[in-house]
Amino acid sequence: MTKYTDQGKQDTRSGFGAGMTELGRTNPNVVALCADLVGSLKIQTFIDENPERFFQVGIAEANMMGIAAGLTIGGKIPFTGTFANFSTGRVYDQIRQSIAYSDKNVKICASHAGITLGEDGATHQILEDIGLMKMLPGMTVINPCDFNQTKAATLAIAEHHGPVYLRFGRPKVANFTPVDQKFEIGKALLLNEGKDVTIIATGHLVWQSLIAAENLENQGISAEVINIHTIKPLDDKAILDSVKKTGCVVTAEEHNFLGGLGESVSRVLASHYPTPQEFVATQDTFGESGTPDQLMDKYGLNNKAIESAVLKVLKRK
Amino acid sequence: MANTQELQDIVIQVRRDILRMVHKVNSGHPGGSLGCTEFFVALYHEIMDLKDGFDMDGKDEDLFFLSNGHISPVFYSVLARKGYFPVEELNTFRLIDSRLQGHPTTHEGLPGVRVASGSLGQGMSVAIGAALAKKLNGDDHLVYSLHGDGELQEGQNWEAIMYAAGNNVDNLIATIDLNGQQIDGATKDVLPLGDVAEKFRVFGWDVLEIENGNDLAQVIAGLNEAKNRTGKGKPVCVVMTTMMGNGVDFMMHTHAWHGKAPNDEQLETALAQNPETLGDY
Repeated sequence: MTKYTDQGKQDTRSGFGAGMTELGRTNPNVVALCADLVGSLKIQTFIDENPERFFQVGIAEANMMGIAAGLTIGGKIPFTGTFANFSTGRVYDQIRQSIAYSDKNVKICASHAGITLGEDGATHQILEDIGLMKMLPGMTVINPCDFNQTKAATLAIAEHHGPVYLRFGRPKVANFTPVDQKFEIGKALLLNEGKDVTIIATGHLVWQSLIAAENLENQGISAEVINIHTIKPLDDKAILDSVKKTGCVVTAEEHNFLGGLGESVSRVLASHYPTPQEFVATQDTFGESGTPDQLMDKYGLNNKAIESAVLKVLKRK
Repeated sequence: MANTQELQDIVIQVRRDILRMVHKVNSGHPGGSLGCTEFFVALYHEIMDLKDGFDMDGKDEDLFFLSNGHISPVFYSVLARKGYFPVEELNTFRLIDSRLQGHPTTHEGLPGVRVASGSLGQGMSVAIGAALAKKLNGDDHLVYSLHGDGELQEGQNWEAIMYAAGNNVDNLIATIDLNGQQIDGATKDVLPLGDVAEKFRVFGWDVLEIENGNDLAQVIAGLNEAKNRTGKGKPVCVVMTTMMGNGVDFMMHTHAWHGKAPNDEQLETALAQNPETLGDY
């Protein structure tokens, strides 16, 4: 099994920006829209190289979603950019009617997702967006884990026809997936083989899960780690194959335990293979100001929380 | 170009279609549909440059977006009468398994519809996007949209109005159906809109007004003038005054028929005022 190592900390939003730069050079149908957050979304290079394919809409996210829907009529592939909070809850009905129900090929690209947005506080830290987006029929929901995976996801969604929600974050975190790792929408990645417990993680919690697995190994516990980057459609088979082997599961995500990856996993298990599960996620709460590390610690979203959850779920086997 | 009598015949037949569609399922929105019948007939039979058949991308033809989707009866009737789908299909309006949903949608693949509408205030943004795509594609065709006046109470419109002027989206003609009515009563009582034409002007649009949007000749002249004003750096707004329920005497001068279907007797009266022209479906 590949041993993953941190190749140097980078923010996932920069992975998105790098993906956009490449798409600007390779796919003439790709256009970008932004609601006054160009710097935050890291798309300045795309704009510099393709000014005619960039639309600055100002602080008007509802209009941005509608314009994006309209741009698909005529064959464009619009990528919208703003914070996750303003990409989802603020514009839910626009996404629902003009994009999802209308089956428009819009890529909703959302930075600063989750609590690691940090100091700006709960007004900007959305922990409900995965739930909101996965409930929309036809919407694909992707939450990559590091710079390389976010770049790969950005390239992959341009090739996929249909609405996509791509969620990424603000802080610099470990970049550990291989630069040439194949990104297949809807396909889970097995990062570490184990036999005692399955840890299923998405986004920033994937690296934390690998650290947890290493620490658990030192305690004699063999943890399998699965990276789910596509929450919808979910890779049911990968989950079931692993859980049938280990018999218990911990899900880990930077999201409310209501509506997130954990619930999607529970649904699969309840239907096919009922299994003890623990949820590493926020517990139906808003966030607050603080540094990303402080917040991940306070809200139980790091390797320590995952290790505790593993010890707890093992007792329920 | 059709002559005036031919267009008037279509108008009468479309009114009959609207009335019969909503009567059959005892639901739907006849008032606004009747008020915009002349506009739709003029647009599809006289104004827009359309290809044969339908494809979603709509390259090399004019496009239309209905933002106030609840007036789907007039939209469906005009699309069917234009040949986008069989007129017999109007019989399925709002029924289970139909492509003619209560509000227009692309979901069932009805030819002629390019985006879902019904949740109000979203159509202008979509029309702007389609207009921008036309510019990127080097396609000099136009994008038309229709909006209810009450619908302008939705804030997204003003984001779109600001954007279109600020970005010189001058291949867009947005028409406002100024009938002064909404579900709960007159717009002036529910939430006054003020001077709609002036609002668009100060936002930077080129605005023209159609005094009587139920006069076919005035509608055609107004929309032709609007076309002449495109390509000059500003989006074009047509503020068109209409009478909700136009063509059926008891449905006019009231908001009562915004979302209510006629009963058997009322239907008979209404149809008698609009004798069959092209043949009922």
